Parts: sequence; structure tokens; C-alpha cells
Amino acid sequence: MNTSKYMSGNRQVRRKFINTFMLTMTIVSTVIVVIPLLWILGYVTQQGLPAINLAFFTELPTPVGVTGGGVLNAIIGSLMTVGLGACIAAPIGILAGFYAAANPNTTLGLLIRFGTDVISGVPSIVMGIFAYTIIVLPQRHFSAYSGGIVLSFIMLPIIVRTTEEMLKLVPDTLREASLALGAAEWKTSLSVVLPAAFNGVLTGLMLAIARAAGEAAPMLFTAFGNPFMNTDFNQPVSTLPHMIYVYAVSPYADWHAKAWATALLLIVLVFISNILARLTVWWRVRQLGSVTR
Amino acid sequence: MQPLLNLKSQPSEGIQNQQNLALKMNIQNLSVYYGKFRALKEINLRIYANKITAIIGPSGCGKSTLLRSFNRMNDLTPSAHVDGEILLDGENLNTAGADIVDVRRRIGMVFQRPNPFPKSIYDNVTYGPRLYGIRKKSDLDEIVEKSLKQAALWDEVKDKLNQSGLSISGGQQQRLCIARALAVEPEVILMDEPASALDPISTLRIEELMQEIVKDYTIIIVTHNMQQAARVSNFTAMMMINDERAGTLVEFDDTHVIFTNPKDKRTEDYVTGRFG
Repeated sequence: MNTSKYMSGNRQVRRKFINTFMLTMTIVSTVIVVIPLLWILGYVTQQGLPAINLAFFTELPTPVGVTGGGVLNAIIGSLMTVGLGACIAAPIGILAGFYAAANPNTTLGLLIRFGTDVISGVPSIVMGIFAYTIIVLPQRHFSAYSGGIVLSFIMLPIIVRTTEEMLKLVPDTLREASLALGAAEWKTSLSVVLPAAFNGVLTGLMLAIARAAGEAAPMLFTAFGNPFMNTDFNQPVSTLPHMIYVYAVSPYADWHAKAWATALLLIVLVFISNILARLTVWWRVRQLGSVTR
Repeated sequence: MQPLLNLKSQPSEGIQNQQNLALKMNIQNLSVYYGKFRALKEINLRIYANKITAIIGPSGCGKSTLLRSFNRMNDLTPSAHVDGEILLDGENLNTAGADIVDVRRRIGMVFQRPNPFPKSIYDNVTYGPRLYGIRKKSDLDEIVEKSLKQAALWDEVKDKLNQSGLSISGGQQQRLCIARALAVEPEVILMDEPASALDPISTLRIEELMQEIVKDYTIIIVTHNMQQAARVSNFTAMMMINDERAGTLVEFDDTHVIFTNPKDKRTEDYVTGRFG
């Protein structure tokens, strides 16, 4: 054993105590983080589940007092707006992320990073008012596509930044291997770098979609809401978060139950899309291996 | 110390005494600048066909920079600028008009760390050929088999060509990278410390493989490992940094001469382990 005066038993006891204490604190903190998560999930499920039935998915909302009815219009509306937003934001965001990763110190590279940081900090309601002013006002009517565009604003910074970070994780030697075989830069980016970073880019895309799918505030100014079925991008649509808002602020118990059910549906949809993304990632890593881990 | 004497070339050869050497590449007055800093100063070097030329020297003396200028990889560094002539079969590659894609097809490269693409073994090997427009399945199959056989990897992977190139061991990955380079039928293969990340047995396999393929290719290898240079190479170029911190060529000769009877005192000090 240690007999040196510096390494006395006292110090060892102290060290072990601090070690145990810190380890315990990490566990306690983890539990503190997990509890509200599970609580919210459990509470939403408990409140929302009773109102969920087949009609909830297949029927339109009913007027106050009429039982039954569903949120089919909002499901379609959410798919339309989030889908349009993703279709706009994904290609632009990924390409911009490529630029930012390849040219980090150019004026434009710095600008895009600064810009995305600022935009991701802007409250989404401000985005909504902005889109209202530049799209809805000139058009003189609310529309699904104005909702899709505002959601693309919200998704863009997330997609740009995650794409950039993920591309940076791809080892330079991989790029060089392709270039040394005579491949052009664009070919290298497309067929080596992007596939290598694909898993991360996909995860970023899912985060962006999950975030956009839950936005209610900007929808008040753009997609507006619509109690009827609508698949026309030029007309207002209802969306799930907006539906939650409308139902939740109403004074009717039946609508409160529907608000919970809609919230549960939204959570489940985001959860399912995340699971699908994770399965894709898992399958790809198994098939192709991963260089970024 | 014994492996130093385990030389490939015969004693008494010496570069001046050798006949039947075909010149493959001729590097004339090559200087490389990074911005205003001159990293390599006026390198003159002759590379002989179907021989292995080793480039040795202490860390930071510009060995890799020199190697990367041969296939114009320095073009990728925005501030880099290369002066001088790089002649491949008499044709200067270091001109604005040179077709970089063709340069890189004719001069392949293997890197320090195995860097297979996150694709299947098959797709790793066919990546190059596909770039040059080869699409027919039977042609690609043939190239895959031929390249993997040349890289002494075929027997180990022939039943799992669809598995990821990253799923095999490090040594196998490096041989896969060699197969990938061979698949476009280059004339010269640049190897930048190809075994420094590998265990001794994998290293030995790479060295044996080099001896095997040099019949059909010209190989230039940068190595920190002097015993490796002594074991595998026919010729050795010794580089060192001068007082302006620019890499220069100290001596180039038959490997046997460099390791037993170098003309330059600095070479002698380096190969005998007195510094570096």
C-alpha cells in the first residue's frame, strides 16, 4: 500500500467520496431530466387516448355540441404545409450546408453561419408575421403554401447547420481518395461525401420536420385554419398544432378532449417519423458501415 | 540494426552503373509554395519505370508535399503553387492545360490511413472505372476480380463483395484501397506511408504486394520507416529541410548506396539513426 505522506489514506477516502458523489449527481440529474419527459408523454396519452377512435382520423370536425367528428382536415393540412416546407428547405438547406462546410472562412460562408444562428433564434411568431406581410397581404387571402413557406424558414437553419456539421465530420482523406481517382469536386461531394454524411443529414432533416410539425404560432398568420376539407395549396388549411390551440382555448369539455387527442396524434406522428429515420440509419450503417459514427 | 543490410538491390550497383533503366517520370526544378512560403526548393528527381522509389527524410521535410505534387493533389490547397516541370513519359503534367482527371487516372494514389468509401467492397473498386464510363456489369466484374487479385485480397473477400468496405480489417482495407487505385490501370502509383497505420503482418503483406505489382507499375513510396525503404525500394531519395525551412533533395541513388555508402554526411547520419 501507499505509505508516502502525500498519498495518505485520508486523501484516498476523499477522492473516493468525491467520485461517488459526482457519479450520483449525474444519475440524479438524468432522472430529473427524464421525469418531466415521461410525465408529459404519460399525461398526454392518458388525456388524449379516450377521444381517439377511427372517426378521429377519418372525419371532419363537427360543430359544438355535435358529438363525434375528427381532425382529418388538420392531418391533411399538416402534411401539406410540412411537406411543402420540407420540399423547399431540404434541397436548399443541404446545398447551403455544403457551401458552408466547404468555404467556412469566406464572406458568404461566415454570413450563412451567422444568418442561420440568428434566424434559429427568431421566435416563430415573428416568422409568421413576416410571411403574413410579404405573402398573405399581397395575396389578400390565407393559404396552405404560405404556411409551407414559413415552415421552410423555420426548417432551413436547422438543416443548414446540421448538414454543415455532419459534412465536417466526413474525413478529408475520403474526399481526397475520390479526387485522386480523378473524380470532379461535385462528383466527389455527391457520391462520396454526401452518402458518408447521409445519416447525420437525415437526422437533421427529421429534427427540422419535427420542429416545424409542432409550430402553431406562424400558422395563425398563414395557413390560418379551416374547418373543412381542403387540398388546394392556394386555400387556407388547418394544421394539427393550430387545431390543438383552437380546441384548447375553447370552453367545451368535448373540445378539450379533442385537443389532447390531437396533441397525442402529433407526438405519435413525429415519433413514427423519427423511428423510420433511425431504422434507415441503422440499416445503412449495417449495409455500408459508417465513417463518422 | 540487421534489417538495414537486408537490401533489395545488389551491392556495387549504384545508379550510374545501372543499364536498362527506363525513365518514367522526370521532375525538374520543382518548387512548391504555400502562399509566400517555399515548402520545396528546386527538386530534381528521376523516377524509373517498374521500379520502387522510396522518398525518405525527417518529419516535415516535404516528402508528402512532393508526392502530392506528382498527381496535382496540391491543387486542392488553395494557397499552394507549384513551379517546375513534372514530366510523365516526357509530357509535362504541371501546366494549366494538363487534364487533371487524366493525370490522376495515370498516377494513382494510396494514402496513409486506409480510406475505403462507405460503400460495398465491389463499389469501392468500381468507383474509378465508373468515373471513366465503364458501365457494363461483366466488364466491372472482371475489373473487380483482377484488381482484387492484384492487391492479394480476392481470396479473402470474394464471397462478401457486397459487404461494406469498412467491415474488413485495417490491413485488408488498405489492400482494398490499393485495388481501388489499380482498377483504373494507372501507370504510376504514389504511396504516402501506406503501412504506417498497420500492424507488422499487414505491413509485410503490403510490402510483398508492392514487389508483386511493380512488374506492371511504377511505384513511389514515402516512408518514415527506413527499414521499409531498405526492404522494398530500388532507389531512394533522401530529403531534408534547408536553412530557409524549405525541403530539398539531399541525395538520390540506388537504395543500396544510400544505406551503405551515402555520399552526403546528412544522409549517413539519418540512415544510421543519428537524428530524425
